[in-house]
Amino acid sequence: MAVNIGVIPALPLLAFIILVLFGGQLKKKLTALTGVVFTAISALITIIIGIQYISTILPSGGNISSKLWQWFSAGGFVADVALRLDALSLVFCFVITFVGFLILLYSVEFMAGDEGYSRFFAYMNLFIGSMLILVLADNLLLLYLGWEAVGLCSYLLIGFWYRDPVNITAANKAFIVTRIGDTAMIIGLFLLVFNFNTLNIQELLTKAPIKWAQGSPVAIAAALLLLGGALGKSAQFPLQTWLPDAMAGPSPVSALIHAATMVTAGVYLIARTHVLFELAPMVQTLVAVIGAVTLLIAGFSALTQHDLKRILAYSTISQIGYMFLALGVGAWQAGIFHFMIHAFFKALLFLAGGAVILLLHEEHDIFKMGGLKRIMPVVFFTFFVGSASLSALPIVTAGFYSKDAILWYSFSSSNGNTWLWVAGIVGAFITALYSFRLIFMVFYGEAKILPSRPAGNLIKVPLIILAILSVIGGFIEFSLPVGHLHLFSSLLSKILPPTILIRDDSSEPLFQIISSIISLLGVYLAYLLFLKKIPLAEKLSNEKIAGFFYRGWGFDWFYDHAFTKPYVWLAKINKNDFTDYFNKGLAQLTLLFNRSLGTTQNGKLRFYIMAITIGIALILTYMMQI
Amino acid sequence: MISISMDLQLALAVLLFLIGLIGLLVRRNVVFMLMSIEIMLNSAGLAFIIAGSHWIQTDGQVMFIFILAVAAAEVSVGLALILQMHHHFRTLDVDALNKLRK
Repeated sequence: MAVNIGVIPALPLLAFIILVLFGGQLKKKLTALTGVVFTAISALITIIIGIQYISTILPSGGNISSKLWQWFSAGGFVADVALRLDALSLVFCFVITFVGFLILLYSVEFMAGDEGYSRFFAYMNLFIGSMLILVLADNLLLLYLGWEAVGLCSYLLIGFWYRDPVNITAANKAFIVTRIGDTAMIIGLFLLVFNFNTLNIQELLTKAPIKWAQGSPVAIAAALLLLGGALGKSAQFPLQTWLPDAMAGPSPVSALIHAATMVTAGVYLIARTHVLFELAPMVQTLVAVIGAVTLLIAGFSALTQHDLKRILAYSTISQIGYMFLALGVGAWQAGIFHFMIHAFFKALLFLAGGAVILLLHEEHDIFKMGGLKRIMPVVFFTFFVGSASLSALPIVTAGFYSKDAILWYSFSSSNGNTWLWVAGIVGAFITALYSFRLIFMVFYGEAKILPSRPAGNLIKVPLIILAILSVIGGFIEFSLPVGHLHLFSSLLSKILPPTILIRDDSSEPLFQIISSIISLLGVYLAYLLFLKKIPLAEKLSNEKIAGFFYRGWGFDWFYDHAFTKPYVWLAKINKNDFTDYFNKGLAQLTLLFNRSLGTTQNGKLRFYIMAITIGIALILTYMMQI
Repeated sequence: MISISMDLQLALAVLLFLIGLIGLLVRRNVVFMLMSIEIMLNSAGLAFIIAGSHWIQTDGQVMFIFILAVAAAEVSVGLALILQMHHHFRTLDVDALNKLRK
């Protein structure tokens, strides 16, 4: 191998260091150049290495690994800084570097007027570098390092506009809520170290089935704890509340971190440690159920939001729910495929949505938008493609192939059942409904606010590239009755186990037709409700249930009352810190002794003599007794 | 020669010591306090003599001479202090000398 794979994460980190050290002095153009070029080279290297890997190493089932140095070694436990590239991490690397590069390119124009220009690019590069470490890590400890580093970047970038306290609250919320999951995950890592004395992923995956019986309590505990980490990071039920608020950050941040890459780290973790989840079938079923529940909760919430970015945020939660559903039913490859396609179209939607918000003077409310179809044709067209892919319009969009595979496996695989499929299909209907609600509200009707200026080329080009990917991305996993092409799943087949079907796959076309009709129905209903404006829409949105959905099913309210309020109440009671009473009491007692002893120091010589005499008498008496 | 039992001899020494001690405690005049200390020292010396004659050892008498020497030195220092005290405070009342306190 000509190029060490360590270069891939090293380049964005180098850009981060340069921007941190010299960001203040660099000219704006040079800052942008540093911010984009390093990731671009990284993307290029990823593609070159990827092609080499697929053509020469993959057929023999190998991988590219590179031990950079030893991190530490203590008590027989060795942690290396070692990277390992296989098909799974290659897919993630490709999405991170390539989509990351497009988003950085977009940010050059998007962030142009911002005073924190170099700070923004520094954080973004740090994020890309950390995320690459996360997916390339050879052991879970290094993965955890990347895991925490991306959490930090997420925090920094949500609170990027730190002058507004609302943004800081959102950043804190994201950080604290994901921390709950991270705590579970680190306990899980301790459990693994305790049992296997190693965190090397490959060693774990080979040792675990030997040592642990299927369904044994310790295997279930390990899988549950890792799942906890994944739930926090991927904003799944019950830890999903942070993601909608995370939209306080700039739109490119939402596109890169809170749609395409970081929030799918949980999906990566589960796919990476899939053996542990297969050892605990109960937990794997739980993954599927959580995915199904989350996709419904978030879908209904997305339906009622007014803020463009919050709709997309709930949509992201919902789509990651689909990925979890896929992982839970054992459709590993379908889950990862949906991750990649979702990264394309959701990054596209966030970037296009960000462009709309930017050009409409920071207006987030879709009810105040309208008629942008003619005014911003490129943004409209790309947004339309993204929405179509999100709603899985049949045959032409990539989203159809990825989502349809998940729906099919949720019914037909050995872990699947009808209920999961029903949840998925209802979710698909809602997805189509809210996607096209967005389109009809923002781009159709009469224009209410006019954009300040047309979008520049640096905004348009990434949108167009992502739009193309959102369409053709699906054809590498072509699964219509007229022909099958399984490039993507054959790429992953050496890493992830195949999905076990319990039903005849001759019925697959029927399911494809059903899901196509469902998504088209969703679009049609959206057309009726939001373009034709039939009175039903008005009536429905006034229902109490709509308000319930709007507030994210009351999860924030519940957590506020169940955890935050009691905690604040306790803190208020304990304002004077009751442990202080003990410490202060100790000081008081000492002072008391000091004062009472001080009175004996009265300067009267005869009193001293008396005290000495009595003392001696007492001591002598005591000694004589012995 | 009349032989007196050792208990009585020691009782005399203790009596002397107590007289000295009580004198030290109750008198306020420094001169009397110094004299009381002398009595106590002599009672200790007496105890040594008694012990030496009882076990027929010369060590007791050696210690007595030693104590006498110490007592002489102590008296000279003590008298010098009393002179200074009288010179500075125009009093010999020891209770008036609690100025160290503040």
